[in-house]
Amino acid sequence: MIEHFPVLIIAVGLLGAFFTPIIGLIRKELCSPWASLITLLQFLISIFLLYQVLAAGNISYWLGGWQPPWGIEYAIDILNAFVLVLVAGVCFSVSIYAKKSLGFEVPGKELPLYTLYILLSTGMLGIVVTGDIFNLYVFLEIGSLAAYALIAVGDRQSLMASFNYMIMGTISASFILLGIGYLYVMTGTLNMADLSERLPELYGRPVILVALALLVVGLSIKTALFPLHTWLPDAYTHAPSAVSAMLAGTFTKVGIYALIRVMFTVISPEYVIETVPVMNILSWVAAAGIVAGSVLAIAQYDIKRMLAYSSVSQIGYIILGVSMANKLAMTGGILHILSHSLMKVGLFMVAGAIIYRTGIRNIYQLKGMGKKMPFTMAAFVIGALSMIGIPPTIGFASKFYLAWGALEAENWVFVAVILLSSLLTAVYFWRIFENVYFGVHEHEEIKKDEVPLSMLLPILIFAAITLLLGLFASLPIGVIEHWVTGVLP
Amino acid sequence: MIDWVPPGIVLIAGAFLIPFLKGRAKRAYLLLLPVITFIDLFFMADGTGWAVPFMGYNLVFGQVDRLSMAFGYVFVIMAFIGMLYALHVKEDGQHFAAFLYAGSALGVVFSGDFLSLFVFWEIMAFSGVFLIWYSRDKASRDAGMRYLLVHVFGGLSLLAGIVIRLVNTGSLEFGSLAHGGLDSYLILLGFMVNAAVPPLHAWLSDAYPEATITGAVFLSAFTTKTAVYVLLRAFSGFEILIWFGAAMAVFGVAYALLQNDIRRLLAYEIISQVGYMIAGIGMGTMLSLNGVTAHAFTHILYKGLLFMGAGAVIYTAGKRKFTELGGLYRTMPLTLGLYMVGALSISAVPFFSGFVSKSMIVSASAHEHLAPVWLLLTLASAGTFLLVALRLPYFTFFGKDSGIKAKEPPVNMLLAMGFAAFLNILIGVYPAILYNILPFPVDYVPYTGEHIVWTVQILLFTALGFFLMRDKLMSQPAISLDIDWIYRKGSRAFMWFVEKPLSAAAQLPVRIFLRIADYLMWLGKNPTRAVSLYASTAIFRLLGRFPGMPPHASEKLLENAWKNYPGEPVKKSPVGDSVILVLILMAVYAIYYYIVT
Repeated sequence: MIEHFPVLIIAVGLLGAFFTPIIGLIRKELCSPWASLITLLQFLISIFLLYQVLAAGNISYWLGGWQPPWGIEYAIDILNAFVLVLVAGVCFSVSIYAKKSLGFEVPGKELPLYTLYILLSTGMLGIVVTGDIFNLYVFLEIGSLAAYALIAVGDRQSLMASFNYMIMGTISASFILLGIGYLYVMTGTLNMADLSERLPELYGRPVILVALALLVVGLSIKTALFPLHTWLPDAYTHAPSAVSAMLAGTFTKVGIYALIRVMFTVISPEYVIETVPVMNILSWVAAAGIVAGSVLAIAQYDIKRMLAYSSVSQIGYIILGVSMANKLAMTGGILHILSHSLMKVGLFMVAGAIIYRTGIRNIYQLKGMGKKMPFTMAAFVIGALSMIGIPPTIGFASKFYLAWGALEAENWVFVAVILLSSLLTAVYFWRIFENVYFGVHEHEEIKKDEVPLSMLLPILIFAAITLLLGLFASLPIGVIEHWVTGVLP
Repeated sequence: MIDWVPPGIVLIAGAFLIPFLKGRAKRAYLLLLPVITFIDLFFMADGTGWAVPFMGYNLVFGQVDRLSMAFGYVFVIMAFIGMLYALHVKEDGQHFAAFLYAGSALGVVFSGDFLSLFVFWEIMAFSGVFLIWYSRDKASRDAGMRYLLVHVFGGLSLLAGIVIRLVNTGSLEFGSLAHGGLDSYLILLGFMVNAAVPPLHAWLSDAYPEATITGAVFLSAFTTKTAVYVLLRAFSGFEILIWFGAAMAVFGVAYALLQNDIRRLLAYEIISQVGYMIAGIGMGTMLSLNGVTAHAFTHILYKGLLFMGAGAVIYTAGKRKFTELGGLYRTMPLTLGLYMVGALSISAVPFFSGFVSKSMIVSASAHEHLAPVWLLLTLASAGTFLLVALRLPYFTFFGKDSGIKAKEPPVNMLLAMGFAAFLNILIGVYPAILYNILPFPVDYVPYTGEHIVWTVQILLFTALGFFLMRDKLMSQPAISLDIDWIYRKGSRAFMWFVEKPLSAAAQLPVRIFLRIADYLMWLGKNPTRAVSLYASTAIFRLLGRFPGMPPHASEKLLENAWKNYPGEPVKKSPVGDSVILVLILMAVYAIYYYIVT
């Protein structure tokens, strides 16, 4: 049983998604607890996998007993396991939050919603768990298709947002598929470990360069790296809040995981860093994205849209850290996957909670919200402080490592960008604090009116983890450093 | 065996209990918390305590020696006085922010490493802004935002310095940085922002007058003095600071002269007094460092008292301008008396606290044969007396009767002021109490005949000058014929010099700073639109019209575009644009990869 866990995390999800409509036909209300149960199972399995990887080393699981490179392999090392726990944890927590939030925003659609929800979760876990590059593409499609549909059930403009996302997503998927195809044609294998052994002989060939460009562009779209982020703001703004929270916390992060995996495991670090300056270009693009995202976020009135642009900026941070490709920056970048996920999920859930209680989305109308929803807004403050990078939050730890890494690389522009963007982040969040706590409501008496516990609890838990992990940042850093030392020379 | 807790942590952690208490229990708790912290101070042992491993480094929350203890004592005393003064305030948030603010200042004082110092530094900046915002008006909101921007900038500079230092030396230990180098300059810059060294001072005089009445009392005590403490520890003997400090001392006074708002005058006086301390740090002798510590100690007490007095006037009279106040001595004699104790202390009148501390720094400059510095500091001292002890009380409590029917402030305010006044006189009369806790052994005797005579002379001549030209000092045109014309011409020339060239020079950094802040806010409303506006204006200037459009229509279009700013938020671009972008990027990447390899 235990040795089958790598495949069970996927099987549980696929079966769970299959049975959701059947359960929904019996009783509609059961869909949401069922989704929570499935994602909880996936979460538990992922924790166990992380534990096992840390204790006993990398896991290689052969699907159906077929030996790789002929069969599909699920290969789990520290990075996979780390992202697995993150993704499954977010999916599980948001599923609890989703019950009330989705019930309010898109009533009566539980049946398709939760089926898609589980499929999305499973697709993302599949991308992370697999050691086969074509399998990665398949799971990417499963997840993306589910995401398109989930976004489309949002408000009136969501159809257009989803359609745009679908076009961009499909281009991205076909680029990735083409890239994989070129690699396959040249080497005759799809197994990542096998590919990494066969590729070095072919490094001189132009085909590999084209494949590289295809993969980089395709994955840039998936991760919403500036300037290919255009699908993201609309999608996050118009999707139901719970879906926005989940996507912001996981989907782009999984894309970044895939980028790291393809660049550093399938293709070797030396090649993408030294021979072809893939990482160098990416780092400048990311730096531009950090500033552009922050500036655009300042211009927004809609709280969800502002958070979406802030995501564009934060994704820039992660890619910048990864692509500077020294140990400190890489550690910071991967840690920022964790920290950004925690804070952004929390912040989107708060935005959803505000919409749930008041229907307000314009940040200049949030006056007096600090009195009305004290706990929710306190969680928002913690998340926002972490976004700015104020200690003792996890956001500080990751930005600290990023800045340190930039110094190590002796790239002063990046140091300036990292610090400057903190300032900009402070500007767009402080504007909200100002309204929430100091804006005066002249006409009505404000009563305390918190959201239901099932929504409040996940929000508070995310805020608490943001703080706690900030205090015990050495824990995740230790895990990440372990992986980074193994990869970078 | 650790049997004490870092005092900053006590205040910060204790603050979280405030919302759970009600009524009398809450008020008792608010006063008890600083008392507990004070008791905690006595249990602190010299050396390094509370070292917590974090990310591979040791965070030290309890670096204890005589210097940090001296600052620790006065910070806790001030937290108590400030809280007593604020006891009537009903909003939990204000108390919470105040404790967080005072606690983080204490945290900085006892930090043994740069990282925990930075953490507390940031908490201090971010909690301080709430003490301003709780005034709940537009002026305070804007001032708070600017305060925040400046402090975030200072914090970033500090952080950058710390990180560079970490990379260079691999150590986070908080020690002397007077060796120079990029890292220490960045850290110095961060510290100087908080110390309000001109031209980085604008936040102080901008924000403190807008803070809440009780919040200003806290603000006046902690931010600048924490900066003095860290400068004292890291940059003592850094010579350039002498000149910064001396310039600050005079600058603050000169600028205070122009103020019409009582708390703004006091805010500029902070800059002047901190100037003494900065100068003392720059000298770096044992006497001057003792003097800095002593002066920081007494400054917190008397400046707190002055802000409390001014706050009491604003609280009961509802006005804050000289031109609107006057004649309050009849209804507020107690406030006047207590305020005067503070005013005489800041003016270094014998038997008041300022006398025993300020004179140490001034003497140190004499010992070092720094004649210009000595002269500047003495000049500033006379100016301080003129402004704080004569001008402010004269126009507030005496002068033309404004007809305001103000009562004495609530009992808790009077008690707080009374306690602070008592401490000021106590230290003035028994300086040994203060001298015993200074970092170095003290063999300085303030009460010599020569010193007292000299001080009294200066003060009396200043007072004489004031009463001769008091109408000029109101900064209103009013001619009185019986004043000797020399005084008149002299005072006019002086006032012209202060009002025109000096004030223009002093205003410059303030104006630049405010303009940058306002511009950032304007730009922040809609950056993309702003950029496109600039672009189209440039095109219009270049061509005289937009392509395919007659000139006057173009001009009208541009005018409307500027008028409609910020307009609707970002325009959405059609998906086709993104697709083309993808293709372009793809082509660029592939070609670039090919060229490079």
